[in-house]
Amino acid sequence: MGAWIMAGITFREAARKKILWTALLAGAGFLLVFGIGLHFQVGDLKNSAVPPFLRYQVISAMLMIGLYTVDLLAVVMTTLTSVDTIAGEITSGTIHAIATKPMDRWQILIGKWLGFVAMAAVYVALMFGGAIAEGYYIGGVLAQHPLNGVLLVFLECVVALSVTFMFGTWFSTLTSGVITLGLLGVAFLGGWLEQMSGFTEGSRLAMVGIISSLVMPSEAVWRRAAFEMESPLSGSLQFSPFSDISIPSGAMIGYAIVYLLIALGIAVYHFRERDL
Amino acid sequence: MFGEKVAVRDLTLSVRRGEIFGFLGPNGAGKSTSIKMLLGLATPSGGEAWVLGAPAGNVEIRRKIGFLPENFRFYEWLTPAELLHLHGRLCGVPSSKLEERVPALIDLVGLTPHINKRLQNFSKGMLQRAGLAQALVHEPELIFLDEPTSGLDPLGRRMVRDIIRAQRDRGATVFLNSHILSEIEITCDQVVFIREGEVVTSRDLHAQQEEAVRVDVRAKKLSPECIEGLARWCDSAHADEERLTLTTSSRGRLPDILRYLVGSGAEVYQFTPQRMTLEELFISVMGEDRGF
Ligand SMILES: Nc1ncnc2c1ncn2[C@@H]1O[C@H](COP(=O)(O)OP(=O)(O)OP(=O)(O)O)[C@@H](O)[C@H]1O
Ligand SMILES: [Mg+2]
Repeated sequence: MGAWIMAGITFREAARKKILWTALLAGAGFLLVFGIGLHFQVGDLKNSAVPPFLRYQVISAMLMIGLYTVDLLAVVMTTLTSVDTIAGEITSGTIHAIATKPMDRWQILIGKWLGFVAMAAVYVALMFGGAIAEGYYIGGVLAQHPLNGVLLVFLECVVALSVTFMFGTWFSTLTSGVITLGLLGVAFLGGWLEQMSGFTEGSRLAMVGIISSLVMPSEAVWRRAAFEMESPLSGSLQFSPFSDISIPSGAMIGYAIVYLLIALGIAVYHFRERDL
Repeated sequence: MFGEKVAVRDLTLSVRRGEIFGFLGPNGAGKSTSIKMLLGLATPSGGEAWVLGAPAGNVEIRRKIGFLPENFRFYEWLTPAELLHLHGRLCGVPSSKLEERVPALIDLVGLTPHINKRLQNFSKGMLQRAGLAQALVHEPELIFLDEPTSGLDPLGRRMVRDIIRAQRDRGATVFLNSHILSEIEITCDQVVFIREGEVVTSRDLHAQQEEAVRVDVRAKKLSPECIEGLARWCDSAHADEERLTLTTSSRGRLPDILRYLVGSGAEVYQFTPQRMTLEELFISVMGEDRGF
């Protein structure tokens, strides 16, 4: 019961403080730019000598880049909007009036978490839906398995969210934000390094990539999402930046789920144990 | 408690149901920390505490506890009515009850003119009033108020006093932290003084015999040894020629003091006990400001 009230209040807070609306406005801006870009590209390709088969691949690659931007935006937005909720309320003392109510502390933390999970779901669904619709109606291309893709990106946001919550039970708002964004940066770099490593067999670079994916699996989840959505041809011909040279396996997705559950478990445990 | 720092050392307290209990001590004495431990916000490294018959921090028992934190802060985007509804729901009060209780409470704490403002536009005193209402919304049996009058104007302070009394008359127990001793004096039934996390002394403010008094004495032939010997009964004794001012924490000791003075050869012309205010008692018990 308490958890649902906390989830509701978290959602309402985002709406009242205009966080949700500004995030959606920024998203609308992105979709506008993306749509215009697609429109021009389609027009220019029509007037060029590029064969239709290649045109399709170029537009598909553009769609993947658009979706990748949505993915990065969604993960960063999730972190930025949620980083203050635990740490900030502990610092300001707001938590005192909440944590003395007749509910266990896990309900506070999980309730807030659920509120942000719901927001991430709305954000990812709208942004992904928008970008995929633009790809289809303007560019005439369709992602392969859009549902798998959108679910994986949502999973990635929930990973970032849980890690943010975990650090928020220890550190101040700013510190938690810096650490989480730093980890996302490591994952980002690691993902690209691992792709680069695909050009050589048994590369040591791949190890670096894999280790960074283990430290923070967010980017690995994205690369799986990209693999799911890309046309097989475009992946193997390396038209898109997300080649299928090294595709994170299903085990990596399982790892990401376990990872987020552990982060959330540590967050709950530490939030219950600590003095407020 | 906090790393190496010990905030509350050795505190033994008992509060009777239905009384207003004053918890006094200098800044940093450990008052707020003690309340936090009783509410389960902080965990003591040792010892035990029972609140309304359950171990401190018990989740179910919190349904019967109201709490106004020191420096009350809350979501700034709420209006006072939304704040009270939220707290009421978290305490499990049915919405039908809240519908009638919330406007009444807002009126009680004098926030009706600001009912549609958000808390971000509230002054410190207004926020404090909202916090007080929040502590009462579920009609708790036990209410912890950590400096409830901080930031309040004189009318607001009187309002708090009236509210506290009304809560006791309803049968609630009130645990009050405050530095405004004149208020404590007229509201509390019992007070405890703590310093550095330990109880220094306690007072039943209804018991005449236990009342602290200051005595103005005029006497001749007061020897320095005689004055030193007063330490047995007195918290302080200052002599200036024939004038002697002493304080004792209990009126019941007066006959012994007088007997001692006469017995040690002093010629006593005047012996006038005066009731000490709580503030005088605080200063005599805590001694000089030791810079906490
Ligand atoms: N968050 C904290 N971190 C470290 N030390 C703290 C913290 N809060 C309080 N303390 C320390 O604990 C001791 C007791 O503090 P507490 O807040 O309980 O005092 P208090 O009696 O309520 O004082 P005041 O009258 O100023 O409100 C102080 O010495 C203080 O320095
Ligand atoms: Mg205090």
